[in-house]
Amino acid sequence: MSRVVVAGYGPAAHRFVEALRERGFDGRITVIGEEPRPAYDRVALTSYLTGTSLADLTYAVPEGVETLLGTRVTGIDREARVVATAGGATVPYDVLVLATGSAPFVPPVPGAEHAHVYRTIDDLDAIRAASDGASEGVVVGGGLLGLEAADALRGLGLRTHIVEMSPWLMPRQVDEGGGAVLKGHIEDLGLSVHAGAGVQEVVTDAEGRVTGLRKPDGSLLDAQIVVFSAGIRPRDELARAAGIDVGERGGVVVDAGMRTSDPAVYAIGECALAGGQVYGLVGPCNTMAEVAADRILGGTAVFEGADLSTKLKLLGVEVAQFGAMSGALDVTYMDPVGGVYKRLFISDDARTLLGGICVGDAAPYATLRPFVGKPLPAAPADLLFTGTGAAGLDLPDEAQVCSCNNVSAGAVRAAIADKGVSDVPGVKACTRAGTTCGSCVPMLKQLLEKSGVEISKALCEHFTYSRAELFDIIRVRGVTTFSELIAGHGTGRGCDICKPTVASILASLHNGHVLEGERAALQDTNDAYLANIQKNGTYSVVPRIPGGEITPDKLIVIGEVARDFGLYTKITGGQRIDLFGARVEQLPQIWKRLVDAGFESGHAYGKALRTVKSCVGSTWCRYGVQDSVGLAIALELRYRGLRAPHKLKSAVSGCARECAEARSKDFGIIATEQGWNLYVGGNGGFKPRHADLFASDLTTDELIRTIDRFLMYYIRTADRLQRTAAWVESIEGGLDHVRDVIVNDSLGLCAELDAQMAHHVSTYEDEWRATIEDPEKLSRFVSFVNAPGVPDPSIVFERERDQIKPMVVTP
Amino acid sequence: MTVTLPMTWTTVCDYHVLLPERGVCALVGGEQVAVFRTFDGAVYAIGNLDPFSGAHVLSRGIVGTRGGEPTVASPLHKQVFSLVTGACLDEPGTAVPTYPARVADGRVEVAARAALPERDGPVNASGRSLVDAP
Ligand SMILES: Cc1cc2nc3c(=O)[nH]c(=O)nc-3n(C[C@H](O)[C@H](O)[C@H](O)COP(=O)(O)OP(=O)(O)OC[C@H]3O[C@@H](n4cnc5c(N)ncnc54)[C@H](O)[C@@H]3O)c2cc1C
Ligand code: FES
Repeated sequence: MSRVVVAGYGPAAHRFVEALRERGFDGRITVIGEEPRPAYDRVALTSYLTGTSLADLTYAVPEGVETLLGTRVTGIDREARVVATAGGATVPYDVLVLATGSAPFVPPVPGAEHAHVYRTIDDLDAIRAASDGASEGVVVGGGLLGLEAADALRGLGLRTHIVEMSPWLMPRQVDEGGGAVLKGHIEDLGLSVHAGAGVQEVVTDAEGRVTGLRKPDGSLLDAQIVVFSAGIRPRDELARAAGIDVGERGGVVVDAGMRTSDPAVYAIGECALAGGQVYGLVGPCNTMAEVAADRILGGTAVFEGADLSTKLKLLGVEVAQFGAMSGALDVTYMDPVGGVYKRLFISDDARTLLGGICVGDAAPYATLRPFVGKPLPAAPADLLFTGTGAAGLDLPDEAQVCSCNNVSAGAVRAAIADKGVSDVPGVKACTRAGTTCGSCVPMLKQLLEKSGVEISKALCEHFTYSRAELFDIIRVRGVTTFSELIAGHGTGRGCDICKPTVASILASLHNGHVLEGERAALQDTNDAYLANIQKNGTYSVVPRIPGGEITPDKLIVIGEVARDFGLYTKITGGQRIDLFGARVEQLPQIWKRLVDAGFESGHAYGKALRTVKSCVGSTWCRYGVQDSVGLAIALELRYRGLRAPHKLKSAVSGCARECAEARSKDFGIIATEQGWNLYVGGNGGFKPRHADLFASDLTTDELIRTIDRFLMYYIRTADRLQRTAAWVESIEGGLDHVRDVIVNDSLGLCAELDAQMAHHVSTYEDEWRATIEDPEKLSRFVSFVNAPGVPDPSIVFERERDQIKPMVVTP
Repeated sequence: MTVTLPMTWTTVCDYHVLLPERGVCALVGGEQVAVFRTFDGAVYAIGNLDPFSGAHVLSRGIVGTRGGEPTVASPLHKQVFSLVTGACLDEPGTAVPTYPARVADGRVEVAARAALPERDGPVNASGRSLVDAP
């Protein structure tokens, strides 16, 4: 078969074409989507309103897949095997896949046409536009999506009401007791909940502007925005019109191989009715996509229904439901003060776990969901009351760990055992588990920890501790030297892994010169020579140019130094200048010239702050809204010399155009009309990652305090050579946890972090100057200890483009 | 094949100049030799040439131990060499030469070997150094 056409381009369509390509399908694939953009992560839709860019949400179109965007499919001619599009074109197919998803249900009440729905990027743009000048909003529907919409309205600064027909919120996920606890949480956040209430009318003024929502009892809620989120309906209209079987209550009927009543037509995702059920969660939609791809390529995969368990954090409240919502026996834990409600359903013989509901603390979800239908792993009371949940339990292989991607414990174990995967990112890459909603990540960690392969946190053969643990030992016991540490807490005499790590911790905690006393012997050659070693054993020298701002006079000095020492000169990506080809004995002479002209070390060699890049900002740029250069200089001077588990990069952009590429940095700052937005956890390099929005519209003082704490918390808890991006990903609770620690001081650490940064700032000294002023340190900078005047004869250069380059010497 | 003839000792530096676990490089009979003092006070000498990169840098590596054996790690690509045997512990089959080393009269001395493995001529013979120390 040669041509596959997909109608609809949402997450299910995306997964489907990806799966087809991955499985080696080499025919033509055409995806026709009504939205004007490729598929995007609808699960994360709300983050679009809080700063995540469309680009970050959008999935890459797999190679070789044709797309027709902004194009609605209007009909199917099954006889001729072509689909018609709204533009009047026809597209022939050999296999047609319907992936049209679903549409929000809007109850037919007067004025409904003036209300919004909450499903697409365009919907969110419309809501955002309408929120301008609005002060109150109503969301009709108190289910999962309704609460998400309410959260969005609240985020837009509106006083928000939630109107729910059922007697309590989220009736599909929680029971009455859970609903009551949930309502308490949501009201605490300042939202009003109107449960057991319907809708009479969307009230508008003469110009058709929304002014409120009338309830059946006649009462009126003032609102300038009304959002309907009262359920979804499968978009089965194409199939229906073409005479393909649809269910009584909607949905395209499919068999276990996702085939419709027309053998040339498949249906996947939310538009499909599989086993008599429409699935409104992305996990089953993905599974259907995989099954259809397999079948089209001649496989025998079947869709066996799916777990409808859900876990989410809405408005800061964890809610989870798994398995059945009733059972012969049940055990309930309820703490109305703490806002926690947990209930487990158990078979009549009290042996088998049937399901559970959690509000306020979803820990049992991750640990117990895989036991649904299996013998209870411990006494129910222990599972619910100890707070530790079921941590420490052994999961059966067939237990599903990741419901979004249908990955079993066995599959994760196989990845660990057969593919040598040893961390969460590895498991994600290998199995897709944990890549969608992320709620199963704690489970993945546990499987890793318990797997036969011992994943040791040990830094190296000399220490059984992780970097974070060593940090604590050094901090708490006041250790000041490596010898003291290894004598008390390690074995042997260290190596190239633990020594620089300990040197970095000592530097972070105590500052002081990196070449002072015993510490000199701990440093990697770059730190030991305060320069970057190059392939031929020479070094490169990078003076600090804070914020990339430099006077002509200083620029001339750099040029003169480079010329006089014959150094290869290159502008770096960090807005400064790198001088290559210096021999060890030349370094102090080069530094002296630079230091005399007012330069200092740029720490290009250290696991330390590198640069804070900036665009030119409001001083010159007609678009700039803040002085990005001034801030970049202040930040670079504040954090210069700060030793960290890995290098740190930063940038400041003076407006939303983001010319400084701040979002590719460990901490990036983008100016807003009101102040600064802080992004963290970005990097370029081998695995590029955009930084995530951490806090918005900060004043400069707030910004600096937040960065101080972010950096110190990172330095304290990250692994060796772990950039901030990987650190944020690996930390339990992710960015939310980090925000909790440094914004809400949830661990009571902030005072200490602030003090540590203050110590760093006040004790900073330029390492180059301190070295050239100290004869003892200076004496190390010779090629040959017994022939100090002799340069290393093995270092030779040739010329290329009017500059030197190392001559390649074959060993 | 290396033929070792009777030793001539070359003074490298005063013992106190050789800091624990921090190497130096010395010219010994025209050869670059990396000299180390371990934590227990013993001295070792190995060739300074890193066989993996072709750069003369081993004296600038981090000194440590592996399973109790004193080692240095190449500062370029981190391969670890035994200070005792010169063998690369990460890539069996590769080794650097070792030299006898001792402390005499408060000075560190290394024995030049009268015969050395076959080598190409001096590496700078065909090139010209464009950089002179100012
Ligand atoms: C705000 C929000 C939060 C959510 N949160 C979660 C969550 O936490 N966990 C979870 O599991 N699920 C969540 N979901 C549900 C999840 O997004 C859906 O299950 C998933 O998007 C379904 O994918 P789909 O491709 O089947 O359908 P859709 O995403 O609806 O995509 C269908 C696409 O087809 C297009 N289309 C329809 N008809 C035509 C036509 N005739 N011609 C051309 N194109 C057409 C549509 O415009 C749409 O772009 C959430 C949904 C929303 C809206
Ligand atoms: S359960 Fe959602 S990513 Fe695994």
